[in-house]
Amino acid sequence: MTIDYDAKMPETQNGTEVYNTDPLIVKSSYEIDYIHSYAQDSEFFRALGKKKLMGSKCKSCGYVYATPRGHCMICGAETEWHQLPNEGRIHTFTTCYFGSEKFLPETPFNLIMVEFEGVDSLFMARLIGASLEDLKIGMKVRARFKRNLTFSPTDVYFVPQKE
Amino acid sequence: MKNGGRDVYMVSGGVTKFTKSNPAMDFRLRTKKAFDYALNDIGISVKDIDGSVASYFSDHFQRQLMSGIMAQDYLALTPKPSKRVEGGGATGGLAFQTGVEEVASGRMDVCAVYGFETMSHVNTWKGNEFIALASDTNFDYPVGGFYTGYYAMMAVRHMHEYGTTVEQLAKVSVKNHGNALHNPYSQSPMKITVEDVRNSTMVSYPLTRLDVCTMSDGAAVAILASEEKAFEMSDHPVKITGIGTGTDTMRLSDRPFLKVPLLPNEKESDYKNLKYPGVHSFRAGRSAAIEAYRNAGITDPLEEIDAVELHDAYTSSEIQTYEDLGLCKYGEGGHFVEEGKADLNGKVSVNPSGGLLASGHPVGATGIMQSVFMFWQLQHSIKKHFKDDALQVKNAKRGLIHSHAGTGTYVTVSIMEAVK
Repeated sequence: MTIDYDAKMPETQNGTEVYNTDPLIVKSSYEIDYIHSYAQDSEFFRALGKKKLMGSKCKSCGYVYATPRGHCMICGAETEWHQLPNEGRIHTFTTCYFGSEKFLPETPFNLIMVEFEGVDSLFMARLIGASLEDLKIGMKVRARFKRNLTFSPTDVYFVPQKE
Repeated sequence: MKNGGRDVYMVSGGVTKFTKSNPAMDFRLRTKKAFDYALNDIGISVKDIDGSVASYFSDHFQRQLMSGIMAQDYLALTPKPSKRVEGGGATGGLAFQTGVEEVASGRMDVCAVYGFETMSHVNTWKGNEFIALASDTNFDYPVGGFYTGYYAMMAVRHMHEYGTTVEQLAKVSVKNHGNALHNPYSQSPMKITVEDVRNSTMVSYPLTRLDVCTMSDGAAVAILASEEKAFEMSDHPVKITGIGTGTDTMRLSDRPFLKVPLLPNEKESDYKNLKYPGVHSFRAGRSAAIEAYRNAGITDPLEEIDAVELHDAYTSSEIQTYEDLGLCKYGEGGHFVEEGKADLNGKVSVNPSGGLLASGHPVGATGIMQSVFMFWQLQHSIKKHFKDDALQVKNAKRGLIHSHAGTGTYVTVSIMEAVK
């Protein structure tokens, strides 16, 4: 038990970046690595490595989802995995010239929503191989898959497909 | 009120001037300024407030959790009851309705609903990233990651279904930025033309920089009260005659293709071949309108509503919303604005304040801001608060405020009526 009446914090040279002094505005950083589980959606991401696009089908009412979900939004029953066709059509589209900071380096990029024959809902994806002037609602598109997976929904993307 | 419980009135409101960045004040001080304005306007004090509802959207923007209690504390409202309400872009509308419920239930006689957001602590593109985190992070955020992109796809589909044009979208921008010229609280008043909108930088086709709202710092406060307290505190309280809330799937891709839920003035034959809502319409907006109209006894919205403050985060969503609210039929939204029906002195004045496009969109404050501007419209006190009566909607008796989240996930509609 010793009391130090001259206790002193060690000095550092960390400093702080200052943008302005009145009011005082400083830089504050925040970075974090999440341990993100895809949980009941995991099979979708694994299947992309086998060049398969997996949606869901409700075991009770038969509703078919292009974007998978574990339980049905209509009746609440459990769904089962359901393989989608690799070809579909553009339901709607845009070209993004700006984006979130994370995706700014990828701009401009095309964003489409795909409709599939016999499937009740849509799937959002990137499309390459065509520019804005070429994009049309109803245009036939085909899924392509990355060989080196990132386990992101961008492991599948779409390209135009000849009629 | 047919929603059940006691009648609820709005008795006062306050708003700070919305700005892209105002680092001289933090959210607490901004909220305090709006709160004091509201108290002073009717000569009441903090002692008269029984409790509150805090409205703010994102913890990311300030990297401060429990901002709500910090505002409560700063406003000298502790230890009174309070809670935070959050639902993306509709946070303000949901919080306003929670305040209505606090009074209707009899729990509080006087409830303060305060909203704020400080978006300037990060740059615009990081801000867009935070907002995009309000899309499914398994399937949507990594692909699109940009709300303007999502809304652009909806606009393209609306154009495809109904022949809506980019010039019609631009008309919304011209109208709302123009209205804001007379609103001293607005962030981006502008006298612009359709050509200016189309020639401004393309963000996501077909939406240009002037089709999209901005990031803002701001706060707004609404004071709600029971009938007895309302007439004690104010000579001109405004009654909340109906509230409605709708929801829809988080993912745009999950929206079904069904039949339109009809308003009393619509027929099934109006929409024979329409698959609804798809990605061109907001089922949550329609559901909210149906509930609010039922409670307020509205059967012909265009004829029975004098002014609307709606959530125009994008010009396209204003057009989509005219239709959801039944101001016109589905498919007629583009013509509705083109024909001047939504103008300040049109058939129904839509966003006389300038809306989100021009007033600004500090998310948690936005829905409360709408209630304050509508309150002043119905009190016929715009001149007093704006120092300019150009935006006073003549004979405004009944108003509608509309708050909207995500790609149309939570939508609120509240009906406000002048009582004298």
